[in-house]
Amino acid sequence: MLTYLLKRVFQMFVVLFMVSVIVFCVMSFTGDPVLMIVPPTATDAQIAEARVALGLDRPLWDQYAVFLRNLLHGNLGVSYMFKRPALTLIVERMPATLELVFLSIVISLAIALPCGVFAGARPNNALSRAIMGGSLLGISLPSFWVGILLIFYFAVEKGFLPSSGRGTTGTLFGIPFAFLTWDGFKHIILPAFTLALGTLAMLIRLIRAQIMEVMRQDFIRFARAKGVTWRSLLFSHALKNALVPVVTVFGLQVGSLIAFATVTETIFAWPGMGKLLVDSINTSDRPVIVAYLMIVAAMFVAINFIVDIVYTMIDPRVDLR
Amino acid sequence: MDEKRKTFYRTEFFHNFVRNPGAVIGLAIVLFFLITVIIGPMITPQNPYDIASLDLMDAYKPPVWMDGGDRSFVLGTDDQGRDILSAIVYGSRISLFIGIAVVVLSCAIGTFLGLVAGYFGGRLDGFLMRVVDIQLSFPAMLVALFIMAAFGRGLGKLIIALTLVGWVLYARTVRGSVLVERNREYVDAARLIGLSPFPIILRHVLPNILTPLIVIATIHVGTVILTEATLSYLGVGVPVTQPSLGLLVKNGYDVLFSGLWWSSVFPGMFIMLLVFGINLLGDFLRDELNPRLK
Amino acid sequence: MSGPLLEVRNLRTWFELFRGTVKAVDGIDFTLDTGEILGIVGESGGGKSVTGFSILGLIDPPGRIAGGEVLFRGEDLLKKSEDEMRRIRGREISMVFQDPMTSLNPLQTIGRQIDEMLVLHTPLSPAGRRARTLELLDDVGIPTPEDRLDCYPHQFSGGMRQRVVIAIALAATPRLIIADEPTTALDVTVQAQILALMERLVKRSGSALILITHDLAVVSEMTHRVAVMYCGKMVEEAPTRELIARPHHPYTKGLLGSIPRMAGPRVRRLPQISGMVPSLFDLPKGCSFAPRCSFAAGRCFEEIPEMRVVAPGRKVACHSPVGAEEGETKRAR
Repeated sequence: MLTYLLKRVFQMFVVLFMVSVIVFCVMSFTGDPVLMIVPPTATDAQIAEARVALGLDRPLWDQYAVFLRNLLHGNLGVSYMFKRPALTLIVERMPATLELVFLSIVISLAIALPCGVFAGARPNNALSRAIMGGSLLGISLPSFWVGILLIFYFAVEKGFLPSSGRGTTGTLFGIPFAFLTWDGFKHIILPAFTLALGTLAMLIRLIRAQIMEVMRQDFIRFARAKGVTWRSLLFSHALKNALVPVVTVFGLQVGSLIAFATVTETIFAWPGMGKLLVDSINTSDRPVIVAYLMIVAAMFVAINFIVDIVYTMIDPRVDLR
Repeated sequence: MDEKRKTFYRTEFFHNFVRNPGAVIGLAIVLFFLITVIIGPMITPQNPYDIASLDLMDAYKPPVWMDGGDRSFVLGTDDQGRDILSAIVYGSRISLFIGIAVVVLSCAIGTFLGLVAGYFGGRLDGFLMRVVDIQLSFPAMLVALFIMAAFGRGLGKLIIALTLVGWVLYARTVRGSVLVERNREYVDAARLIGLSPFPIILRHVLPNILTPLIVIATIHVGTVILTEATLSYLGVGVPVTQPSLGLLVKNGYDVLFSGLWWSSVFPGMFIMLLVFGINLLGDFLRDELNPRLK
Repeated sequence: MSGPLLEVRNLRTWFELFRGTVKAVDGIDFTLDTGEILGIVGESGGGKSVTGFSILGLIDPPGRIAGGEVLFRGEDLLKKSEDEMRRIRGREISMVFQDPMTSLNPLQTIGRQIDEMLVLHTPLSPAGRRARTLELLDDVGIPTPEDRLDCYPHQFSGGMRQRVVIAIALAATPRLIIADEPTTALDVTVQAQILALMERLVKRSGSALILITHDLAVVSEMTHRVAVMYCGKMVEEAPTRELIARPHHPYTKGLLGSIPRMAGPRVRRLPQISGMVPSLFDLPKGCSFAPRCSFAAGRCFEEIPEMRVVAPGRKVACHSPVGAEEGETKRAR
């Protein structure tokens, strides 16, 4: 168990190291950040001075060494736009993104589990067919377009839900959260639903396919031969077996929610780290982009690790090596 | 030829296809889009990117069924007097072109690397599959977003970025299939008599991987179109001079609050329709071609 | 209660597929008395397993029971509701499946899977159920049952798993057990142990047993009577010893001929039945076995032979049965 954990932690650092190299190289080959921060009227001498001040005149590997040393000290550079540490900017905006992602997970699971199980248990039922048609439509929808439709209907036409921003926030453990106030909740509901839609539709399809696959297996038939009721067949025999693979995909889905939060936050002007990323891309604010990618990569690696642990807990056949 | 066609009509595949309304509708949608993008520019009322044909007098026209609609602009016009329907036809061309180009490239590269990895095994295989694993643990949209953010918008760059995140699916499938074939007796037999087993494996592997590849590629076209639309919406996809459906939605969103809903709603609806059609078809193919479900 | 425990009459189970209707079971009859062991033999694809599942009402679409009666203690199981059948499954009739690797739930402990049966079909208290579970595991020869209760199926070998499956099947002391190829998936050395175990436990509990197998050697050791199936139809039924000694149907004779014998004259090569099992989509017009039968004559290709009694307790469906002249059979008895 301990060796397994150590091995995994080591692997996680290897992956993060590779990500840092790739991110650093790709970002170094593109654009000239110096031109972004000097005033347009700057002379060549001033530009050269700024280049030296940023350390951009040194060889690439040297720049990377500095970057890595700073990274290990928690220093991810200073934003060109905000003139503040990039890490601070992201950490400040992280709660907004995390609450959005969390609420989306809750919405997706609350809808996808019953719908997926039902559609898998009664595949020929008319309602199941409707669920499947709806979910296929759901994975075909561009999420930004759904956001626009929701804004247009609920904010522009009806005017009873706000179209942008986070509203009033309440405080929990010293961290501001929107869902703690009624006003904040009204602000979060549209973006959370928009973000949830794709994951929700995908999970319905996955859960249904898994249930159908498990229901075909021999041990289900054997359980039927034991005289097990249909309900117990579904919930105590099929469901858990069907959910084992869903857990793996769910981990990936959480990562994908964080990624797609960039889009949702941009539409709804939600002040999270995703919107910060898109804004930074548009202003070529390199330190913020790099910091975002490193932090998100660390989050994904951590999520994968948690998923593996959960996997071994629900499936006795999997052994920690 | 005629004989062949007759037997196709009698296959189970065809039988199930005509009895599956989803599959028929999916095929109809996909064919509709293919025809539209091929002959569309010949029949649209204007070329939306020919500045000379735009007239600011035509701006802000609603769709034809609303008050103030104009019969020559069926789906209305945007703030510069551009016909939305024409813009959609041109936009669909770009979206579909990117979708197909990325899938063809990803499939070619992924199949090649999958064959090589599966056949030679060893370190090369270990390295390639490690790359595949790591890449699959990051959302494709985010990786593509990062590449586009670094290199800037552009049609060619977008195709390269989406191919870079797309090839892994094919590589993994093909590698798995090669590994299965490599352990068959006929491969040992070929080796024993001194033949190189590679051509033989290729001849056995290719037909085996064809059906899964068709399914993956079909669904992948839809995914690529959606990802492209999202990136373009974020402003890191296609350039403004070659707006895809996604960029049209973004342009429309900028004027949404002045009540011009049609210039973002209709392009988005066409993205949905196109991707839905492709997914309907992909779903049918997957159910039909997957021998495990039979 | 008089009459047989189980009486199957003209049972037909069909599968409607795109390529046509597969008559997996097409009009079979047999009876079974309390405590009797009946073997159903035939090649794979002959409809043996489908017969077992049909009795328990476990046929799923595209399959359907197209007709017939399954009388269990005088009541037709085919007319019962799903709810009523659920109370019969496990309690009155239980089943042992072919592959012990896949018939247990991989995510539940052995103890829980046996316990489930007791919860469903016995009035026992939790403590009583635990005691009974241990007793059952002990009966099927699992050493130190207390330590095994919390084990998962993957921690057991195939033979051990099949013992657990048998324990589950016996848990509610059913009147009838249907064992579908219970030893096919096991190692040869384990096969004999499992069969001996089943025979002992069935005899002790007084249950009847239907042993479905393709292996005539298994049948000859354990069963009282044998029914032979070919392409969904019963072709011969007889007391085991008589069937082995004097098979009437050419197919039975063929099956018997392909078993290696230790005693008797040495044969250079094991005889085998020539040809292949015909496609169930496209059965011959007359007797299904005719194309492979060395005795087939014109009539065999035209007319499906009816099952008829040729001697007390002996039935065969053949136009020209082997060695079944009336006189000879009488002399034998």
